[in-house]
Amino acid sequence: MQKKIKLTIDKIPVSVAPGTTILDAAKSVGIVIPTLCHMDLKGTCVQNKPASCRICVVEVEGRRNLAPSCATACAEGMVVWTNSARVVRARKTIAELMLSDHPNDCLTCPKCSDCELQRLVMRFNIREMPFQGGEQSTRKKEVTAAISRSMDKCILCRRCESVCNNVQSVGVLGAIRRGFDTTIAPTFDRMFKDTDCTYCGQCVAVCPTGALTERDNTDRLLEDLNDPNKIVIAQPAPAVRVALGEEFGMAPGTIVTGKLATALRHLGFTKVFDTDFAADLTIMEEGTEILHRLKAFLAGDKSVKLPIMTSCCPAWVNFYEHNYPDLLDYPSTAKSPGQMFGAIAKTWWCEKRGIDRKKVVVVSIMPCLAKKYECERPEFSVDGSPDVDYSISTRELARLIKRANIDFAQLPDSDFDTPMGESSGAGAIFGATGGVMEAALRTVYEVYTGKELPKLEFTQVRGFDGIKEAVIDLDGFPLKVCVAHTLGNARILMDKLRKGKLDYHVVEVMACPGGCIGGAGQPYHHGHIEVLDARREAIYREDEGKAIRMSHKNPDIVKLYEEFLGEPLGERSEELLHTHYFNKQIQ
Amino acid sequence: MSEMKLSCEAVRQVEEVCEKFHNDPGELIAILHECQDRLGYLPEPVQRIIAGKLCIPASKVYGVVTFYSFFTMSPKGKHPVSVCLGTACYVRGADKLLEEFKRVLGIDVGQTTPDGKFSLDCLRCVGACGLAPVATIGDKVYGRLNPADIKRIISEFEAEE
Repeated sequence: MQKKIKLTIDKIPVSVAPGTTILDAAKSVGIVIPTLCHMDLKGTCVQNKPASCRICVVEVEGRRNLAPSCATACAEGMVVWTNSARVVRARKTIAELMLSDHPNDCLTCPKCSDCELQRLVMRFNIREMPFQGGEQSTRKKEVTAAISRSMDKCILCRRCESVCNNVQSVGVLGAIRRGFDTTIAPTFDRMFKDTDCTYCGQCVAVCPTGALTERDNTDRLLEDLNDPNKIVIAQPAPAVRVALGEEFGMAPGTIVTGKLATALRHLGFTKVFDTDFAADLTIMEEGTEILHRLKAFLAGDKSVKLPIMTSCCPAWVNFYEHNYPDLLDYPSTAKSPGQMFGAIAKTWWCEKRGIDRKKVVVVSIMPCLAKKYECERPEFSVDGSPDVDYSISTRELARLIKRANIDFAQLPDSDFDTPMGESSGAGAIFGATGGVMEAALRTVYEVYTGKELPKLEFTQVRGFDGIKEAVIDLDGFPLKVCVAHTLGNARILMDKLRKGKLDYHVVEVMACPGGCIGGAGQPYHHGHIEVLDARREAIYREDEGKAIRMSHKNPDIVKLYEEFLGEPLGERSEELLHTHYFNKQIQ
Repeated sequence: MSEMKLSCEAVRQVEEVCEKFHNDPGELIAILHECQDRLGYLPEPVQRIIAGKLCIPASKVYGVVTFYSFFTMSPKGKHPVSVCLGTACYVRGADKLLEEFKRVLGIDVGQTTPDGKFSLDCLRCVGACGLAPVATIGDKVYGRLNPADIKRIISEFEAEE
């Protein structure tokens, strides 16, 4: 065992492992040093440690200069002061200098009350702005389908650059120019839409200020909800129900499925269905596709593309369309659950009731920002009528609930509407990395072997390891599977595939750290991994609480096939539930 | 995506430079230097080729190109004019010199004349402070310049053609 280092922080004796930063050592004894640029989602690769903002400076006795606690390792006998007059003065000045060129529009900023810079200003008791700098109003503003960019609010913390490059390996965001003119911009200072941006939105998830936020669809939704000629249908995704409560002061990991359904009804949705239902449908289609490819492969068909890769995640779809156009026939052709829901709602559900699809507005509530973009993909609409009209994030839903005078915590529980509200536990776990794989395995095992699955849980594919692999015994056939989250890990797999060295049968990819529970539309985690841990744990609790835990045993899914679709990968399923991919490489 | 197309020869040159430096991302600045030397400037397609060869995002290359004022994304004139705005030159009237260059050439800093003959830039110190104020045109250094001289000097270059 390594020798521990002893030091004192604000007179408190601390003993830590070598290499521990002063910031972490202080945290271990209950001293929370303020930070701004620093982010470390422990246990994942989401990190930003440029030590550039200097908000976290501390006084170390015997040192001339103040030290950035996030980047200074503890040393034996160190005497550290985190709250001396000199430190407090320096920190305040640094924050005041940041404000000098920051737009003074906090009251109407979308990040108001969730802004880390604003919190520091309150914490440091800054009540006036002593410095007046040149405002960065010339910096670009842009509203894309998914992301809204106001770079005049950027404080150059580089968190977005770190996730875009080091975590996602998308490499679109980066600093350009120098000095006061420095700004973070997409490649060649273009608009996001003219770059390789996947709209994963992780830049939004980590931005401490209002520089990067989601495109807001709440006003549009309110208008639709108040239009008596429109039938507005809600479909909330699996990860929403384990995170929404946080926006109302509940502990991370609180499951609010019942309250969510009630709240959506109070808001005025005509029907409150569930994306989990469509997740089960996805498993039917994707699972069947897995089985088809496997059987062809085992029959000696050399042309079959393996591994088959999941295609539920729209940022991941963008990623391979932009970066791997030569490998577009590997991913499953199954649409995402959200899009499957829209396609079925605007055909089966509408036709059964004789309703014109143009009167129906399908709104998905997603932990995701890429879904906003996905709704606008032209192939997901019929004669100008999109299958899913638009998507709002978990955060936007919380804002709508507050705006509608609803006391969320007091709401009674209720169930989703039928016939697109019933779901299995397999649908519920779609929200966490490994969840789609586990859901698929539950169904694939039973269909392939014709036997009952002895144990439902495939714990090998759970957890936050970047790349997980497992071999599943399908009655003698070893099925090799792999699960990756973050696009950086996906790139590792795709580069291997390009070299013909990816030896799996099935691969799951989710773009966001932790899967959809860590999506860019979720309540901000502000760098606390405990939040993601709690959401993941809740997802699996939701699964355990379900009476039905396998997609193919969901009675409403069985009914849908009997009444309308016929069989998985049948003619109608192919038409409504499957898609194709495009080469989007930028030359 | 990029508005302009590179000639096959230019593409070959850029690839050759990258390979000369073993496609090493650590040599990015040296590669950019040599590419600019050979092609005169670093337009988007050149940066994309370099990014591809070095397996780094084009945004990284663009970040470096926009960071260093030496690198340029627009073609320089046949005779690049640089006015020193270092301290010694500045106190001896470099600002007036610059204004006169702008007036005579009819372009702003960072621009190139429509005929492609002259471009105008500023720099900080060429190490000839004793001759302040100083400007360079191509490889030639002009010291103790007076705004009144500029029209004549420019016309000499024009007469050269």
